[in-house]
Amino acid sequence: MTENLRVKSSEYIDETNRISFKFNGKTYHGFKGDTLASALLANNVHLVGRSFKYHRPRGIMTSGSEEPNAIVQVNPGTNRTEPNVRATELEIYEGLEASSQNCWPSVEFDIGGINNFLSPFFPAGFYYKTFMWPASFWEKYEFFIRHSAGLGKSPTSNDPDIYDHQNIHCDVLVVGAGISGILAAKNAAKNNFKTLLVDEKNELGGSTIFENNEFNKIDNKTPSEWLKKEIEELKNIKYLEIKTRTSVAAYHQYNYLLARENLTDHLEEKDKTNKIRQRLLKIRAKKVILATGALERPLIFNNNDRPGIMLSSAVKKYSEFYGVACGSKNVFFTNNDSAYESAMSLYNKGINVEAIIDIREQSESKIVKKLKEAGIKIYWSHSIVDTTGYKRLNSISIMKLSNDGASVTGSKIFISCDCLGVAGGWTPAVHLYTQSGSKLKFDEERQIFLPNQNTSEQISVGSCGGDFKIDEILKNLNQKLKDTLNINDTDLDSIKVEIDQENSKRNIWLLPSDKPLGKTKPFVDYQNDATAKDIKLALREGFRSIEHVKRYTTTGMGTDQGKLGNMHALGIIADTAGVKMGELGTTTFRPPYTPLTFGTIVGRNVGKFFDIFRRTPMNDWHVENEAEFENVGQWKRAWYYPINGETMYQAVQRESKAARESAGILDASTLGKIDIQGSDASEFLNRVYTNAWSKLAIGKCRYGLMLNEDGMVYDDGVTTRLGENHYLMTTTTGGAANVLGKLEDYLQTEWPELDVYLTSVTDHYATASLCGPNSKKIIKKIIPDLDLSDENFPHMSFKEAKIGNIQCRIMRISFTGEHSYEINVQASYGKDLWEKCLEAGKEFNITPYGTETMHLLRAEKGFIIVGQDTDGTMTPIDLQMDWIVSKKKYDFIGKRSLYRSDTMKEDRKQLVGLLTEDPNVILEEGAQIVSELNQSPVEMLGHVTSSYFSPNLNKSIALAVVRGGKDMMGKQLFVPMENKNINVTVANPVFYDEKNERLNA
Amino acid sequence: MFLINCPYCGERDQQEFKAGGEAHIERPKQPTELSDDEWAEYLFMRKNIKGIQFERWNHAHGCRKWFNMVRDTSNDQIKAIYKMGEKPPSQ
Ligand SMILES: [Zn+2]
Repeated sequence: MTENLRVKSSEYIDETNRISFKFNGKTYHGFKGDTLASALLANNVHLVGRSFKYHRPRGIMTSGSEEPNAIVQVNPGTNRTEPNVRATELEIYEGLEASSQNCWPSVEFDIGGINNFLSPFFPAGFYYKTFMWPASFWEKYEFFIRHSAGLGKSPTSNDPDIYDHQNIHCDVLVVGAGISGILAAKNAAKNNFKTLLVDEKNELGGSTIFENNEFNKIDNKTPSEWLKKEIEELKNIKYLEIKTRTSVAAYHQYNYLLARENLTDHLEEKDKTNKIRQRLLKIRAKKVILATGALERPLIFNNNDRPGIMLSSAVKKYSEFYGVACGSKNVFFTNNDSAYESAMSLYNKGINVEAIIDIREQSESKIVKKLKEAGIKIYWSHSIVDTTGYKRLNSISIMKLSNDGASVTGSKIFISCDCLGVAGGWTPAVHLYTQSGSKLKFDEERQIFLPNQNTSEQISVGSCGGDFKIDEILKNLNQKLKDTLNINDTDLDSIKVEIDQENSKRNIWLLPSDKPLGKTKPFVDYQNDATAKDIKLALREGFRSIEHVKRYTTTGMGTDQGKLGNMHALGIIADTAGVKMGELGTTTFRPPYTPLTFGTIVGRNVGKFFDIFRRTPMNDWHVENEAEFENVGQWKRAWYYPINGETMYQAVQRESKAARESAGILDASTLGKIDIQGSDASEFLNRVYTNAWSKLAIGKCRYGLMLNEDGMVYDDGVTTRLGENHYLMTTTTGGAANVLGKLEDYLQTEWPELDVYLTSVTDHYATASLCGPNSKKIIKKIIPDLDLSDENFPHMSFKEAKIGNIQCRIMRISFTGEHSYEINVQASYGKDLWEKCLEAGKEFNITPYGTETMHLLRAEKGFIIVGQDTDGTMTPIDLQMDWIVSKKKYDFIGKRSLYRSDTMKEDRKQLVGLLTEDPNVILEEGAQIVSELNQSPVEMLGHVTSSYFSPNLNKSIALAVVRGGKDMMGKQLFVPMENKNINVTVANPVFYDEKNERLNA
Repeated sequence: MFLINCPYCGERDQQEFKAGGEAHIERPKQPTELSDDEWAEYLFMRKNIKGIQFERWNHAHGCRKWFNMVRDTSNDQIKAIYKMGEKPPSQ
């Protein structure tokens, strides 16, 4: 059945621009300006989805971002598909496709609908109670849950769109462009405050823009006419920027807000390409004016969730703004005057209004009188006790309410209808306000939460601040603007307002039925299918805290965060428990206010921009020579250089052998380098390293170990004394930034009296490390006039030299145990230096090696790698490096901790070497080590930290940390693996050249 | 996301800063003369106050200076900021 329910042209709908779109595979037509919801309603489609638990048919309830039911999958099956989009916010465009979520196999026939008839078995906490046991059934539950309770599908291919981030700083941010927001922004900008006005809709004006109640007048105009004039004036204000389709997702402390600006979602497919789809605005505002409005409350009565049952304000918006009748037989159900405005709107457009059911005893306002005179039947003191119609509402039954509102009496009246507008009063939209850390108070008389204690420079104006009538709104807005902007007069001073609306309201959180509660279905949270009886059950089962009731019943835990029903949940809890609502507190509203796409959150940081990386000056050479790379911190380091299809193992074996037999070269540019100067530089090094530095001669190098104050090894590296008051410290590649930070911390906070200056120079120098018995000959070829004799240039010393015109620093230091030089040049000469070394080394078969070979070579020598062989629980003593800890120095960082009873224990884990019984078996790094195989539970003694096959020793070698390992030399231990136990022997961690003879070879 | 008024640079976003734990815990001048318990007190024991807390912050992605902050941890209001070596404001 397709009918056209378009009733009257609306200025917001362009009827000359007809748009076709598909919903659940069927083609419909709407107009430019329609949302998916308004276009569907115009085609008389109410049924748009199924509820989460019972799979009850559900229709469009609202006209905004609070929509709980009409959530759809947009463009299903494409790379632009998006789940959980609210049909009430989705602007239609030519070619749009959308489908219902949470229904399987289809919205018309949904297999989960059977849950509705099983609902006595699905009480609050059902999931907690049922899916607990037995655990082996989980697979079956999961299949059932995943198939029948879909929450939409995420795209399976790459997102084709571009997303962006933008920082915005402004004096005043106004959130919400209803009447209050527009006037606030206008007056702020006119007073030279740099102002940003944002609104989630594509049109300004909020609900006032379609407020045509003839009994309300601003300066003798209807509110909508008057506001249109105001909006027109906004265009020419200098300091005002307006962003529509922009919803604030989060309001953090110190007026830091995140908003999503939607730029292409309303455009046709062909117009989306190569444009930024959504932009995340990171806004820091000096002052924030919240004008987020209010959300209409539904009423909680039996079967209040059928398609066709909507908020009264939504019925009005569809009629006034979109020119759509939501039904042909309309009824309203209300506890206040606002339903009468909706009824009047329909009446004026010639749409049939059957009746108005009002739980109040009466109302005296002009609009009520006018509708009465028009012959519309009003049932005072009546309540709806039931509704019928499975996929679309077809009737309601009403009964007289008792005086206390707790029960119904008399006979039942049946009213046939296809649309019911429900008006339960208004809830200020305080979500963003509470996100900012500000506190609410409960107004017992009006039964609403209101802003109370602000934690940042902010005000809440209009209905989100508790002002609902236009005269109150304007009066209070005027005063608040003057106070917060510190101005004397505003545009609002001379406005004249007439209003009609009466204040009276009768609040009943849960309306009675003629049936007992257990036999009814009064829904509180539509999306999660939580009913009033679930909440009462939770209370009977002993839950008291609102946060617990919420989780147990899942009330307010859907994608809509229970924007409609949270207040009723609180009210029902308060009534049942016999406490005041203000004493219950409210639940926490968490960001985002409306869901954000992942694309918006990550912005441009995708693909190769996902994380920053650093490359050495020699990087191009490594790439050209087909090196494999590994990530070390942010660095891309050459890992190994496979040739002729070598595996990593083969390449590393070849590189390792070549480095010891002739010559190898490593790009060591990534090592952290800190330039240390000042008259107290030596004293400073004495305090930060475990060994002594005062006597290090100029031109000499020394290895140092740095501890944390707790005595654990933090970093290591070689430091060179370049001059009397000048040192160059090297750190591990990954530790460079933290070491600098730590040194600065001590200098600034503990030892400000020291004259020391630290500069990070890691990026300033490129370093080529040349090692092997032929390294000396290669250096001789590059720098012929440098005296390389052991007397002039011994191990652990430094020389300045020139390679051609390039100034360089050469350290004779070794991490491989071979005769070795580290050549440092200005970074820009790095590649040149590297190529010169390779050229000179050609005759010696110089072999470039990567980090893996470096690790293997140093493991042969038993040199530790901080972070691989240590893990923040190892002292120098544990590492068997007692030799580097000065006994003479009075103090250094971590010294005192080395004498704590715990760090002095004999059975701490200590670094040892491990040799496998079968020399061809290579241990796995991380494998556990035990001494007994048949013990249960088995005692773990430690683990393997480094393990390689040594081509130079022709056997596997490993380093490990073992409890009490120091005293286990020669002892047999076991490494139990999945399929076998490996026999190992504890050995000296120095496997190769124990006497260090090769350093001077 | 705090807005922190670095005493050297002015107001900057929190992401430029690094928090450095409780302030005014001075490193003992003569650690070797302390008992294990006294050293452990310095090394490990920190207050974790709900309310007014004195803490260290570093403008890591800015001037790299350390400074002190008085913060109410219950609502993250920054009550005062002062340089290293300066006396904390009286409460
Ligand atoms: Zn700074």
